Parts: sequence; C-alpha cells; structure tokens
Amino acid sequence: MPAVSKGDGMRGLAVFISDIRNCKSKEAEIKRINKELANIRSKFKGDKALDGYSKKKYVCKLLFIFLLGHDIDFGHMEAVNLLSSNKYTEKQIGYLFISVLVNSNSELIRLINNAIKNDLASRNPTFMCLALHCIANVGSREMGEAFAADIPRILVAGCLEGVRTRPHPVVVCQRHSISISCGYDLIRSRDSIGPVPAALMADMGATNGGGQSQCCSQEGVQCLQVDSMDSVKQSAALCLLRLYKASPDLAPMGEWTARVVHLLNDQHMGVVTAAVSLITCLCKKNPDDFKTCISLAVSRLSRIVSSASTDLQDYTYYFVPAPWLSVKLLRLLQCYPPPEDAAVKGRLVECLETVLNKAQEPPKSKKVQHSNAKNAILFETISLIIHYDSEPNLLVRACNQLGQFLQHRETNLRYLALESMCTLASSEFSHEAVKTHIDTVINALKTERDVSVRQRAADLLYAMCDRSNAKQIVSEMLRYLETADYAIREEIVLKVAILAEKYAVDYSWYVDTILNLIRIAGDYVSEEVWYRVLQIVTNRDDVQGYAAKTVFEALQAPACHENMVKVGGYILGEFGNLIAGDPRSSPPVQFSLLHSKFHLCSVATRALLLSTYIKFINLFPETKATIQGVLRAGSQLRNADVELQQRAVEYLTLSSVASTDVLATVLEEMPPFPERESSILAKLKRKKGPGAASALDDSRRDTSSSDINGGVEPTPSTVSTPSPSADLLGLRAAPPPAAPPAPVGGNLLVDVFSDGPTAQPSVGPTPEEAFLSELEPPAPESPMALLADPAPAADPGPEDIGPPVPEADELLNKFVCKNSGVLFENQLLQIGVKSEFRQNLGLAVQTKRVAAQVDGGAQVQQVLNIECLRDFLTPPLLSVRFRYGGTTQSLTLKLPVTINKFFQPTEMAAQDFFQRWKQLSLPLQEAQKIFKANHPMDAEVTKAKLLGFGSALLDNVDPNPENFVGAGIIQTKALQVGCLLRLEPNAQAQMYRLTLRTSKEPVSRHLCELLAQQF
Amino acid sequence: MQFMLLFSRQGKLRLQKWYVPLSDKEKKKITRELVQTVLARKPKMCSFLEWRDLKIVYKRYASLYFCCAIEDQDNELITLEIIHRYVELLDKYFGSVCELDIIFNFEKAYFILDEFLLGGEVQETSKKNVLKAIEQADLLQEKTENMYHSKSFIGYKKAY
Repeated sequence: MPAVSKGDGMRGLAVFISDIRNCKSKEAEIKRINKELANIRSKFKGDKALDGYSKKKYVCKLLFIFLLGHDIDFGHMEAVNLLSSNKYTEKQIGYLFISVLVNSNSELIRLINNAIKNDLASRNPTFMCLALHCIANVGSREMGEAFAADIPRILVAGCLEGVRTRPHPVVVCQRHSISISCGYDLIRSRDSIGPVPAALMADMGATNGGGQSQCCSQEGVQCLQVDSMDSVKQSAALCLLRLYKASPDLAPMGEWTARVVHLLNDQHMGVVTAAVSLITCLCKKNPDDFKTCISLAVSRLSRIVSSASTDLQDYTYYFVPAPWLSVKLLRLLQCYPPPEDAAVKGRLVECLETVLNKAQEPPKSKKVQHSNAKNAILFETISLIIHYDSEPNLLVRACNQLGQFLQHRETNLRYLALESMCTLASSEFSHEAVKTHIDTVINALKTERDVSVRQRAADLLYAMCDRSNAKQIVSEMLRYLETADYAIREEIVLKVAILAEKYAVDYSWYVDTILNLIRIAGDYVSEEVWYRVLQIVTNRDDVQGYAAKTVFEALQAPACHENMVKVGGYILGEFGNLIAGDPRSSPPVQFSLLHSKFHLCSVATRALLLSTYIKFINLFPETKATIQGVLRAGSQLRNADVELQQRAVEYLTLSSVASTDVLATVLEEMPPFPERESSILAKLKRKKGPGAASALDDSRRDTSSSDINGGVEPTPSTVSTPSPSADLLGLRAAPPPAAPPAPVGGNLLVDVFSDGPTAQPSVGPTPEEAFLSELEPPAPESPMALLADPAPAADPGPEDIGPPVPEADELLNKFVCKNSGVLFENQLLQIGVKSEFRQNLGLAVQTKRVAAQVDGGAQVQQVLNIECLRDFLTPPLLSVRFRYGGTTQSLTLKLPVTINKFFQPTEMAAQDFFQRWKQLSLPLQEAQKIFKANHPMDAEVTKAKLLGFGSALLDNVDPNPENFVGAGIIQTKALQVGCLLRLEPNAQAQMYRLTLRTSKEPVSRHLCELLAQQF
Repeated sequence: MQFMLLFSRQGKLRLQKWYVPLSDKEKKKITRELVQTVLARKPKMCSFLEWRDLKIVYKRYASLYFCCAIEDQDNELITLEIIHRYVELLDKYFGSVCELDIIFNFEKAYFILDEFLLGGEVQETSKKNVLKAIEQADLLQEKTENMYHSKSFIGYKKAY
C-alpha cells in the first residue's frame, strides 16, 4: 500500500498496483492485467453510467498498465470525457492520459481540441495551465494548427482577451475555489496579499504550508490567484516553444515579437525563465527581429550576477542566484555576436569577469548542489567567451580556470573541463595556453578510471595537437590504444591516422605509425585508413622503399593481422622490386612470405593477393613458374568463389598468353592518386552514423580502371564483371583470356541434383554464380542430367544416362519459337516447361506430374538457372528417372534451351543492315537453306514465329515487302554473336529461302537449321 | 531536454517523459538501451555520457536512477541540478519521498514534473510556486463538489 496518499487517493488503483507488485512472475502479472482490462472494458461498456470518480480511476488504471509497457487500445473516449469534467483532478487525469497516449483518431482529436479550447477560454488559470500542458506534451501538428494563433495572446496577456483592456469578470482562487465577480485588475501586487488565516486553512483541510501561502487576502472572500496568471504565461511560453519546434511555420510571431522580447523584463522570475527558452529558439530563425533581446538579456544577467546570494529568495538555489535563468541567458547571448553597443558590451564583459572571479571565491556551501549550480554558470560563461573568441584576456583566464578543474576531485568537473578545453584549443588566442596542460591530459588518458573521461582526454589531445607535439601525442595515443576500451578504439585509430598524416614531416614516421596501428588494433583499422596509407605511399616515391622494407618485416611476425597482409600484399606488389636486391627479401622469399598467409585470409584479401601475384610475374619473371603453379591449382581455378576463380583464370591466361610488353603495360605500377581531402577525416566526422560508402574508394576505382584500360586492347563488352569485392589493383577490368576456340558440341552442364537426390534447386538471386563453376575445365562429352527421383532408390548415378528419346528433337523443335508449353507427355507423366531468358541468362522451370500411385496427381517443380557461357549446338539433356510398377523408368529429353533463346533483338535502319550484311560476307559466315513449307504460308504466323525466335523484325529494309528481314545479337558470357537473317517466301512454289549471316560460322548453320524447321 | 526516465536499480521503469515525438517502439528501444548502459556504470564514474548524438545526464537517488537526455548545446551541470530540484519537489510533496510513493502516486509524479518542466525546458524553478500549484489542485478536488454546483461558474455540460 502507498506510503502516502495525498489529495485524491484512489483506493482501487492502489489495490491494483499492489496486486501487480505482488505478482511473482511475468505471466502472473499479465494475467492480472488482462483480468483488470476485462473488468474496465465491461465497466465502460456497461449500461450503468459511470460517475466521474470511477471513470477517473479506470482511466488511471489504464494509464498505469500502459506505462508498465502493455498496449492499450481503448479508454480514449472516457479520457476525453474527463476533460470536460468540472472536477479538477478528473480533468487532470484526462489530460494526463491524452498526453501519454496520444491517438491519431481524427474524431477524437476534434473532441480533445474542443475541450482544450474551452479550458483556454475559461479564464480559470489552473484549467488554462492544464490545457497548455497538454498541448505542450502532445505537440502535434493538429494541435499546432488549432492553437498556434491563440497562444501568443495568452503569453503576453495571461488570458485570451487581454487583462488590461477588460477587467476580469470572474476571478477564481484555486485554494478557496471561490469565484467572484469584480473588476480586480490583475496587476501584480504581491505585497498586498497577506497570509491566509490559519483557521481558514484548517477549515479547508490544508495540511501544510498554511502560514506561507501567499495566494489569498483575508476573509477568503476577495481572494485572488495573482501568480496563476504568471504560471499561465510560463506555460504559454513553453507551449509555444514546443509547437514552434514541431512545426516552425505555424508560429509566426510577427506583431507579438516586441512584447515577447519584453518578457525578459518581467518582474516574475519564472516568467523570464520560461520566456528566455522561447526567445532563444525563435531568435535562431530570425536573429534580426529579436536583436533587442541582447541588451535586455545583458541587463537581466547583470542584475542576477551582481545580486547577493539571498536577494532572489526562492529563485536562489543553494546560495547561487537564479542559476537556471543565468544559464539560459548566457545561452541566448550565444545566438549573437558580441554586442555592438559599447556600453552593453562593457556591462557584459563585467558580468563575465564577475563569474570568473566568483569561481575563485571560497564556496558558500559544501553541498555539491552549490558547486554544480555555480559551475554550470561558469561553464556556460566560458562557452560564451569561446563563442565570441575575441577577448584574449578572457580566453586565457577561462583556460586557466579549466586547467584547475583538470585535477579536481569531482569526476564530473574533470570531464567537463576536458570537454570545454577541446573547444578552447581551436581558438588562436588560447591554443598555446591549452597546450601547457598536455602532461595533465596525457596523465588523464592513462589514469582516469571512467572510460568516458578517458575519451574526453583523447579528444582533447587530438584537438591540441600541432606540429610541435604531434610525435608525443601520437605515441601516447598509440600506447593508450593497447589497453583502450573496445568502444573507442576505432575512433582513436582514426585520430592517430589523421594526426600522423597531417603532421608527418618525414613519411617513414607516418608509415611506421600506421603499421603500428594495424599491429596494435588491426580489427579497428577501417578500409579508409589502410587505403590512405597505400595512396600516400603510391604518391610519394621517397617513402616507397622504406614502406616495402617495413611491411616485409612486419609480415614476418608469426601472427599478423589480415589488414597487414592487405597492405603488405599491395605494397610488395607495387614496390617489392625496391627491396628485391637484398637476398633476405628476394622475390621468391617475398612470394612465399605472402603466400604463407594466403590460406588464412578472407576472400577479399585472397583476391588482392592474387593480384599481387600477377604483379610479381611482371616484376620478377623468375617467380612466374611458381606463381602459375599456384594459379593453376584446383583450389584456385575451381574455387567456389566467383571472384577468386575469375581472377585465377584470367591471371593464369594473361600470364601465359600475353607478351612481356603487354604484361608490363597492363601491370604497370599504379599512377599517383589525385590529391584530395583525406577520407579518414570524413569517416571520423560521420563515425556515429552508419558506415557509408567511401568516396575514396569510388573515385579511386574510376581512375584506376580507366588507366588500366588505356593501355590495353579494348575489351569486348560481353565480359560480365562479377560482383565487386576489394580490388585495390583495379584489375577488375583487365582483358579476359583470349577467346577460346569455338567448342564444337559444347555442353551446358546441368546438374541440379549434385547435392543428392532430394536437394531442391532454388532460384538464387545471382543466377550466374550457380553455373560459373562449370566454366572450366572444358566439358566432357557426356551430357549431364537432371535427375528427378521421387522415390529414393539405389539407382545408378547420374552419369548413367540413356540416349534421348527418339522424339526428343521433334519435341525440342516445338520450343524453338516459344518459351512455355508441354515438353513431354505419356500415360505416366507430363513435363511442362516455362522459361524466361534475358541476354545470356535463362531461367527454365519444369513442372512434372508424377504417377498417381506415387504422388497422386501432384505437381513437382524444378527450377533451373541457366547461363549461356558461349555459343553451343546441342541442348542440355534432361533425364527423368522414377519407379513405376516396380520397375525403374527413365526418360531422357532435350531441354528446350537452344542458342536462339539468348537472342537480343536489335533494331537498325536499312542502311546499317546492308552495311553489316556486306561485312559478313565470308563464305562460312553465311548459311542458306531452301525448303518446302510444312505449314500453311501465313505472313502473320511467320512474323510471330520470327519474333518468337528472338530476332527483331525490320520493316522497310528488303525491297520486296513479302520478304522478312531480322537482326539480333546472341548474348553469351564469353562473346556476342551478331546475327542477320532474311526469309523469302515463295507462295506459288510453297517454298522458302532462309539466309543467315552471323559473325560465327557454326552459329549461322545452327540457327538456319533450327529456324528452317519452323515453317 | 529530449526525455527523462526514472528507473529502479532492477531496471524497472518508473516514469518516462518524452519531449520529442517518437514511436512507442523507439521509446522502448531507447529505454532498454539506456537502462542497460546506466546500470552498468560504476558508482564513482562521472554523471555524463555520450549516447548517440545526445548527452546523457544521470544521477542515482537511493534505489532510483534519474536519467535525462539533453542536446549537444545543453549544460550538463544545470541538468544535474534539474534532477535534484525535481527530487526535492517530490520529497517536499510526499514527505521524504521513496520509490513506493512514485509507484503508487505515479500520476502525481507526472503532474509535479509538468509544473517544473514543460516541453523539455525549465518552466518554474521556485519550489514554492511549483508545489503551490500541485497542492491547490489537491485542495480543489476536495472542495469542488461544494463550490461548483452553481451556474455562476463557467462550467460545461458533458458534451457526450
């Protein structure tokens, strides 16, 4: 039960809270809550009208349940009802519920706004305050739209109509709850208000504070709540502030500006306190409109600062006069440059000096609250001094003051002093003064027990670093890094990297520093950092030999970080020759050192190392045989990773095919990187945000790939580039291996069941990956099979595949010009095909129906991803095997994947067509067939077939409109084959003449045969 | 100030006040994260920490942690004293306040906070003025029955 139940104890609520607290488990709690929710729901729904008290109690219970973390989806209407209650606490609970559980239901918002409107117009200050609190707590756009216009009026007048223009018809005293009609002018007259007679207090059941109450005059008849008007103004100011923050367009101050600024002069400190916050926010948007606030703020501040510690009565906090107001005024002044008016400026400087002086005075109290309040003003004063950055004397004094705090026994003060000094370090006037504290700060970095303080110390060291102390600071930070908390390691790494680069006089120090970073905290060295060291080494030839020697040594450590391998791999690949003269680092030694790390590294690093190896072949011809051996190994050539495999294949071919000259050109040393702002700086700035792509990385890639490409023959654009991974050497766009001889009868290997008979092939997001592994070695003659086996049986393996069924070719022909249909059907099963082709990628799906006995009429889908690697003649085979009637049935079909599926239609004008046609005039490039029509000769059907075949149909090309002309490109991974075709129907003879010209002889013939069978 | 949280040493949230619009989900996430962070700190550590792009100011009173999130420009020490003043207000109102008071009279804790801070800014720093407003409300409630029956007061019939 509650220790205290003041005012309006709600017994039912207290019992419920007790119950919840007594729940032994989460489940019990949920059970109790659900019971209560059911109870409340039934009460709300019941026929009996609830009285205000019950409604309040239940709404309060709902609120409690919500605040426990449970969802509440009803009760809003009851809460809204409470808003219009005459009883203060009911209204209060209603507003609290609305403030906490804002609902976007527009009907509800209309009702809420209506209630608020009534309360704002009520002239009852307590109700007005409740309404204003609610608006400020919700702060929604809808409320802003409804009330933004009214609140400035309340702010300056204390009510909607304006007090001074019209006497108050009704004034309510909250304490006595007496409303009177009189013309009392609400001008502040605190002195006239006497204490409430004790008897009256007792009569009213007041339990405390009786004698001090200032709200009433005698007799309880003519009572007034003067302060209430002030509290309305206070609430209005902050309410407006909240609305302004939420939707700045809604609170145009315009005509009110001057009167709002004038609130700084208000006699009531609470009003000033609230108004300063509003003005600070508004003046950021319209500094000129609010400029007059400067002198008002200065004089207000001056009065506070110079007041004795007891002058301000209740606004004095632990002997510090109005600390909150002082801090806010100092914040307001930071929105502006130093005052132009000399008198104002003089007065302000006096204030600032007074604050600094007071810091040296002995404390008036030993309480931490006293020192905190005093120092809060001091730190805000120093912020203003730093903001002005124009008073060398004050800056140096501020710095000395902070220096004292650096060794204060209060951790909080040390923390803030370090933080504040950071900004002082950037001022030219105080930079030197800050530097004198370097030893203290280094000591803080070593000895502070709180990581957040150490972090501040590291920040300050970074800020005070210049050429004179860079070596000391960097070495201290490196030392700290060894024991630094994981949370701040990355930031320290970035800072060290930046300082080392910025203040490097000799670059060997820079290289040492970065390698030390990798050694000490390799995991925290981001790409930006090690990219940057490579850029700098590449651009500065005076450090390249040193860098090569140093990384070579660093790599000899038995366990070195992968980032070290990356940097080492890159630098040795570029500059390994500079240390090759030393027998201890001869080329074979360099290679075997790097290769000893290879197998432990990630794919990205291994990819980089492969590039280093090909660079070695160029730099050190004597390593060629060894390296080719490595590249040729099955683990490289058949690596499951696309990038690694491609690099191995390409580099191996490059090294065996290209002449020394070509090699030297392709693998030339990287050109210098263009100078640009360090990307590490950018990284540090956004360190708190999610990692974004490195600008360095992108631009580097652009330049490097164009440079590389400039020196070699243009690469056919058909070469698809695999997904990017770290590629520092920019060799991604290197020329592909010389085109292999055209395979005769090349096979697409389709083996979707290599994982076992039950494995389901799936459509992967990158279809190319699935089949790339079949690129090498050249396919054996035996076609692989798609094996469908619903009943797992000890059947022979997939290599045992029968010849295609006799009708296979005929079935296949049905699909030359279309992509879906039934491929095969007999009394046992039906195989349907649905396929889709895009450039060199195809997607084929078969559905097959299995005999009812096994899998009653069910459909099974197999998804195949197909990539056309190069031109081919025979389609892949599909082998289906199943048990039926105790015997194994097998069926081999040709998968309807023919070369024309990879056609990409090409539109071109007659002129282009004939020009190309003539270019393809070698005898073998043309294939021609004259044949008899097997189907009725219909121009529309023919057109549809030609389009289905895949080429574009070109109108107005052939002089004879009866003829058809088409063009397209067959897309394969290895190359593109341009195709032109011409079909001349002869209706009288029921004959066709089909001519195909392509850039590849077997393709011409094959296409011609395929197409000829269609008519 | 962006928000204020009160939670117990066991991590139970006792009061939450948000001065910026956030979804319930986000609020729960922030609460979980901060409660964990603050509870993990040792007693002698400093009362401020950086968190996301905010500064956290916290202080422990008996079994309760008071935790405020302020913006980069805001003053840490004065925020610490905001917390203390709020504790004083609770203490004065409840009479040597303890966690139970805040649990059982949570609505009062919210009302007091609203009188002291509004929209995340200090509204009234005078202890007297804040408590006066609250106590008036308590008294008002007991007397309303008698006082507000007449038509002379601007009251409303229930609209619904």
